[in-house]
Amino acid sequence: MSTKVDTTPIARQKRNRFLLQAACIAVSLFMLIPIYLISLAALSSRASLNEFPLSLLPTNLSVETLTGFLGATGIFGALGNSLIVGAGTLILAALIGVPAGYALARFSFRGKDPYQLFLLFTRALPIVVLSVPLARLFLTVDIYDTTYAVILLHTALALPTTILISASVFLSVPIDVEEAARLFGCSPLGAFGRVVLPMALPGLAAASIFTFVMSWNEVLGASILTLDHRTLPAQVLSSLSDSPLAYRFAGGFALVIPSIIFIALMRRYLTNMWGSTIR
Amino acid sequence: MVVEAPPTPAATVAPPRHRKIPPAVLLIGPSVVFMALLLGWPVVQGVLQAFKDDQGFTLEFVNRMVQDPYFWPAVRNTLLLIVVMIPLQFALAIAMALMLRSNPRLHKVHFFIWAIPLALSDLAAGLVWLAIFNDRGYLNSALSWFGLQGISWLAYDNQTSMFICVLIAELWRATSLVLIIVVAGLQGIPKDYDEAAQVFGATFWQRLRHVTLPLLKPSLQVALILRTILAFQTFAVAQALTGQNFPLVVGETYRWYTGLQNPNVAAALALVILVVSMVTSIFYLRALRDKNQGGLR
Repeated sequence: MSTKVDTTPIARQKRNRFLLQAACIAVSLFMLIPIYLISLAALSSRASLNEFPLSLLPTNLSVETLTGFLGATGIFGALGNSLIVGAGTLILAALIGVPAGYALARFSFRGKDPYQLFLLFTRALPIVVLSVPLARLFLTVDIYDTTYAVILLHTALALPTTILISASVFLSVPIDVEEAARLFGCSPLGAFGRVVLPMALPGLAAASIFTFVMSWNEVLGASILTLDHRTLPAQVLSSLSDSPLAYRFAGGFALVIPSIIFIALMRRYLTNMWGSTIR
Repeated sequence: MVVEAPPTPAATVAPPRHRKIPPAVLLIGPSVVFMALLLGWPVVQGVLQAFKDDQGFTLEFVNRMVQDPYFWPAVRNTLLLIVVMIPLQFALAIAMALMLRSNPRLHKVHFFIWAIPLALSDLAAGLVWLAIFNDRGYLNSALSWFGLQGISWLAYDNQTSMFICVLIAELWRATSLVLIIVVAGLQGIPKDYDEAAQVFGATFWQRLRHVTLPLLKPSLQVALILRTILAFQTFAVAQALTGQNFPLVVGETYRWYTGLQNPNVAAALALVILVVSMVTSIFYLRALRDKNQGGLR
């Protein structure tokens, strides 16, 4: 007597697997195709960008558009400003934020709960609200239109996130190792520097990259706080209305490429950024 | 709104194992001072700037803001964008996170690709999609390769297609933030619950509705608040795609400040954003908490 095996569940599972793969590929294509097209546009010659219909394949590659963009007035300086502001923000936010994060993770003190609530609240503060009054303040203390002004604004914006992330990073370093270091005669600072910091460093580095990305991308505050010392996004934004399409495409490309590198650098920590923040 | 720095008295409550009083004040202090100066103070100044001129209290700037022909379209566009985008974005992000959880082939590569827009500014997203949607861009080119007539997607008289273009660009850029938070939330949920429900014969939709989503609620709450507040601040994407043709409230702030050189009206507009963000956050917190309390039905 032959038993008939019901294969429908297996067939269904196979079909579901296939649909799952197809859906994943579809989403990836949706994410990648625009990046491919902006790269294509930025790497096409000016003449081929004026043709219609545009070729969808890289048939006519040239660096003419990109070099034209990089050679445009202000772009090189803006690139430098962006790097200065990003690095400055990263350092200042780490100097102020990491100790606070350590305190949140290790000590209990009065006012801890209000402090954490305050941090969550400041995270919700829109950039516009800060930029306009800060512009006036910076005018009076004479640092308007400098990279310092933008660094201060970006640090203020990044600080709550830096504190919360570094607190969660320090929480993941077991307190036992710190106590062991103290038992063997380390000072509190020594125990922090020799034991805790090395263990926390990868997480803190990821948090710093996050800060840098935020600063690199921030458009509005930087455009309001500066006139001649613009960061790259602010420079692109301010020259948007009176620039040819090729310039805008090259600008878009210049803003997209770093983000791919950033994500590649911190891909291991992407989910940690949000997962274990203390509430 | 006055944000008072929380009091940081001498750290009296120390874990007993530390013999010395921990220097929490020293560690926390700089951040409190810094944020009070650069976050608290500007908010107070912003309110003053919007409601005060040389003579004293005035509503002149608010009136000018409201009477500007771009103001109400900007408010309408901002709200419309949020109302349409947030549900789409969350549905998409949850679907993507669930897809990743069922371990498709190359799921690490997919996750990396889906996370790339996380590090993109809305200006960059606008420029990227400008290459696609402009009159002689890649979308119309692709259509014409198929022998179809293109459309001026970003033309002034085509409000609907303009809205859809901005919507797609924002969906492309900002869904990854929600995705990351949801993925992180899913990692914190043991698979046992889902498997138990499966053993008892729950269908996929039942498991999603009664097991996964309730457990995800804290993450979804964080994502909702964060994403909505960020969505209120969207402007460069519309600026890059349409110029002035699709006004958004923050874009108006930028225009009043840089173009029209009027910081007071700009401050008033910024306050609109602040108030609306606050109200929405409180609404979300309350709405999700109420459901929690009645969740045992």
